[in-house]
Amino acid sequence: MDVLNNNTKSQVALLERTVDDYKSDTKPTWCPGCGDFGVLNAIYNALKAKGTDPKDIVAVSGIGCSSRLPFFVSSYGFHSVHGRAMPVSTGIRVANPDIQLIAFGGDGDGFAIGAGHFVHTARRNLNICYVIMDNNIYGLTKGQTSPTSDLGFVTKTTPKGSADAPLNPLMLALAMGATYVARGFSGKTKELADLILQGMEHPGFAVIDVFSPCPTFNKVNTFKYYRDEAIDLPEGYDKTDYIAALAAASKHDPYYLGVLYENRDKATFEDHVAATIPAERQTPEQVLNGLFKKFS
Amino acid sequence: MVAMAERPTMTEEQTLEQRHSIVIRMGGESGEGVKSTGELFAQVAARAGFKVLTFQTYPAEIKGGHSVYQVRLSSEDLYTEGAALDILLAFNQEGYDKSYEELHDDGLLLYDDGAVTDFHYEQGGKRALALPMTKIAKGELKFELGKNVVAVGMLAALFGMDVEPINRLLTEKFLRKGEDVVAKNKQAFQLGFRYIEESFPERANYYLKAGAVEEDSIIISGNQLLSMGCIAGGCTHLFGYPITPASDIMEFLAGELPKVGGAVVQAEDEIASMGMVLGASYTGKRAMTSTSGPGLSLMVEMLGLSGMAEIPAVIVDVQRTGPSTGMPTKQEQGDLNMAVYAGHGEFPRIVLAPTDVADCFWRAIDAFNFAERYQVPVILLSDTTLSVRTQSIHKPDLSKIKLIPRVLYDPTASANATLDQHTLSTPVAQHGNGTLPENDGEGDEVDMELAASRGFELYQRYAVTEDGVSPMSIPGQAGGQYTSSGLEHNEFSRPRYDVINHTRMTDKRHRKLIGAAQNAPEPFRAGDPAAELGIITWGSATGVAYEALLEAQKQGVKLDLIAPRMIWPIPTQQLDDFIASKRVIIIPEVNFSGQFANLLNTHYRKDFVRLNVYGGAPLKSSLLLAKIMEYVNH
Repeated sequence: MDVLNNNTKSQVALLERTVDDYKSDTKPTWCPGCGDFGVLNAIYNALKAKGTDPKDIVAVSGIGCSSRLPFFVSSYGFHSVHGRAMPVSTGIRVANPDIQLIAFGGDGDGFAIGAGHFVHTARRNLNICYVIMDNNIYGLTKGQTSPTSDLGFVTKTTPKGSADAPLNPLMLALAMGATYVARGFSGKTKELADLILQGMEHPGFAVIDVFSPCPTFNKVNTFKYYRDEAIDLPEGYDKTDYIAALAAASKHDPYYLGVLYENRDKATFEDHVAATIPAERQTPEQVLNGLFKKFS
Repeated sequence: MVAMAERPTMTEEQTLEQRHSIVIRMGGESGEGVKSTGELFAQVAARAGFKVLTFQTYPAEIKGGHSVYQVRLSSEDLYTEGAALDILLAFNQEGYDKSYEELHDDGLLLYDDGAVTDFHYEQGGKRALALPMTKIAKGELKFELGKNVVAVGMLAALFGMDVEPINRLLTEKFLRKGEDVVAKNKQAFQLGFRYIEESFPERANYYLKAGAVEEDSIIISGNQLLSMGCIAGGCTHLFGYPITPASDIMEFLAGELPKVGGAVVQAEDEIASMGMVLGASYTGKRAMTSTSGPGLSLMVEMLGLSGMAEIPAVIVDVQRTGPSTGMPTKQEQGDLNMAVYAGHGEFPRIVLAPTDVADCFWRAIDAFNFAERYQVPVILLSDTTLSVRTQSIHKPDLSKIKLIPRVLYDPTASANATLDQHTLSTPVAQHGNGTLPENDGEGDEVDMELAASRGFELYQRYAVTEDGVSPMSIPGQAGGQYTSSGLEHNEFSRPRYDVINHTRMTDKRHRKLIGAAQNAPEPFRAGDPAAELGIITWGSATGVAYEALLEAQKQGVKLDLIAPRMIWPIPTQQLDDFIASKRVIIIPEVNFSGQFANLLNTHYRKDFVRLNVYGGAPLKSSLLLAKIMEYVNH
């Protein structure tokens, strides 16, 4: 990707972009065989299909292997601190609702340290497309149990097996009010790109939980495991049916892939914020002079 | 304590000695209108031409417990809430129990008739007067809640206040609730006023000369004016979480920021608040949060991110008594250490502290200017006393506001030049201790080559500059794309872990403090610069120190006083001469360990005389005066 050429390209708005326009000069540092490569590939394709100028996109993340992703995209990026991608994204969207915001992170970042923020961001229905690369393990810290690890999962911190029941990200997202809830698999990048594109086009909080295996530290939830354990939603599935979505989200053996739920009618947080701003704005001086009268 | 069987009575021919000011305290059950009575009386007094300064203390609970509202009146400027009480207005027994001992020997006890029955303290020269506040409200007024306004009418009569401006105030204050409410409140005021006129002929003794009513006078609290300072400082977005005693800043701005196109968002916790602040600031907006100590504790990780990623942020910390939950409604200047040192690793931050209510306005503007100018977190340390202090002051002169913008990326100029000056393999020679590290071979050749291949036109978010400030691009700006990160990075904002880079970047970030200290706001100065005895203080202790200085001067003591308004970095150009020239320097502050004294001691290697109070109440000027006297001929 060439940053300078982008500058020129943005002035030729109708020029069709290529996948390369969304690639940065920084190369991924992931292990060979990491599921996140497939996700990154899907993201490049989704961005190309959407066609937004990289200067108008902000990619936000927390900390973890997958949270490095903003460095690999030619847009603006904000690699924040562990678990805090959602608050940072919220600040960006509230301050500038014209930004196309895509957020990235892992299962630990989003559902352990960042779980509280996930809940409230979903409640608010901010216009954010949040892609979680779920590998059921902590990779960057070299293999500890995560909130989506199975009960009994053996890791360095749980040598006798995890005593925590796994969290279901899609159930959580649905319960908390997310208005687009999908599940993808990094082994199916074409379908995943489509899920991400729909998520970006969705007006509201879009959650895409992606099975993205960690070949280095998780020998259970592998590519083969998910190829065997995850299937597409049945024909005729109605993604506007909230109760059906809850049932689909709760299903395992096998898991469903696809858009489990979408509601485009709910107002976004940004809509609510905009509604509080009066049509006729005041200057700070006008506001202050009004207040001085009140306090005289 | 001697229990008194009889009700105390007025004695004849007692006159209140002519005072510079009068201190009146109202005490009663929290939630029963002590605060509203106090606030209304303060406004009434200000309208009548008095200088007013208030103090309040209340329990952390909403209802129940003892609440105090104190108003000091004078025709001259005031600096503290005063010490001994001239008048105590007790709304209940506890109002008498808790404050009677603080009443002057010739002070006046007023109490709601029937509400105080056990007059167990020795009366001495103190006088007492039962006032039928509740009786009038329930009886003639037929509106029990009007008791507070009846009380205000009584006090206004006692001080011989001009009724006309007060009637105008009551109209303005209650008009939006309807004409009936205005009429009822005016009647309540009149009934109270008339009662004193008719039944208390000695009232002339309490007349205090009002000053001239000033056109540009406002009566306002520290938190209110601080909020207005944020508006003046260009703030558009506040992200916060409710906490005593800072919540009213957030509440105040929630009504005002949308008017300028901004917003106030209540986050799920303080960590999120700060994350949102950084997100908003990253898009170029002037963003802030307001909190107290427990909230700042939670924000510390984001403080480091702000410092490392060089994202401007303003954090208002209205200090309260810690540690932990501590005493949420009480006074302490105990967060200085946290403000200056909190966070892992090392990064620049700026700490400012307003010295009085009026100063809250200007320091809030400074906070935004420093944050934007140096792309750092700025912590504005207010405290409980300042936050709830209501004071009559001159309206700030808006023409004196100067906003300093953020240094923004200009693709046609700036960043490219810096690359020529500082090639990536040659660190600038401004290391903290002058030691240049060995190159560990993990340099930036790759980015260097990349940059060279593009004629050095690749945007450098973290360009190494003389003042440490790198031009910042804003999302939406073509060619300015970069990834902001808390990871150590090179000029191009790419993660780097090599020794030379980290040394250079640490230097670059800390160089901002040099400029910040040089541009520190003027300190509060008073006294005689030639004096050998000096006081250094900060924050709301400044008014107390000034009052002690005025009293010491009256007693012929030569004394000098400085209160820096920038705490960190230490404004050495303001303090060097002061500290070098004094024989003895007293540092009074409201904390246990002498946090400012410790900070200055670390820098100046000088033993200071410390005066610390840490019970949850503000410092008293009498205590400081006694300390001063100890050292006059010492």
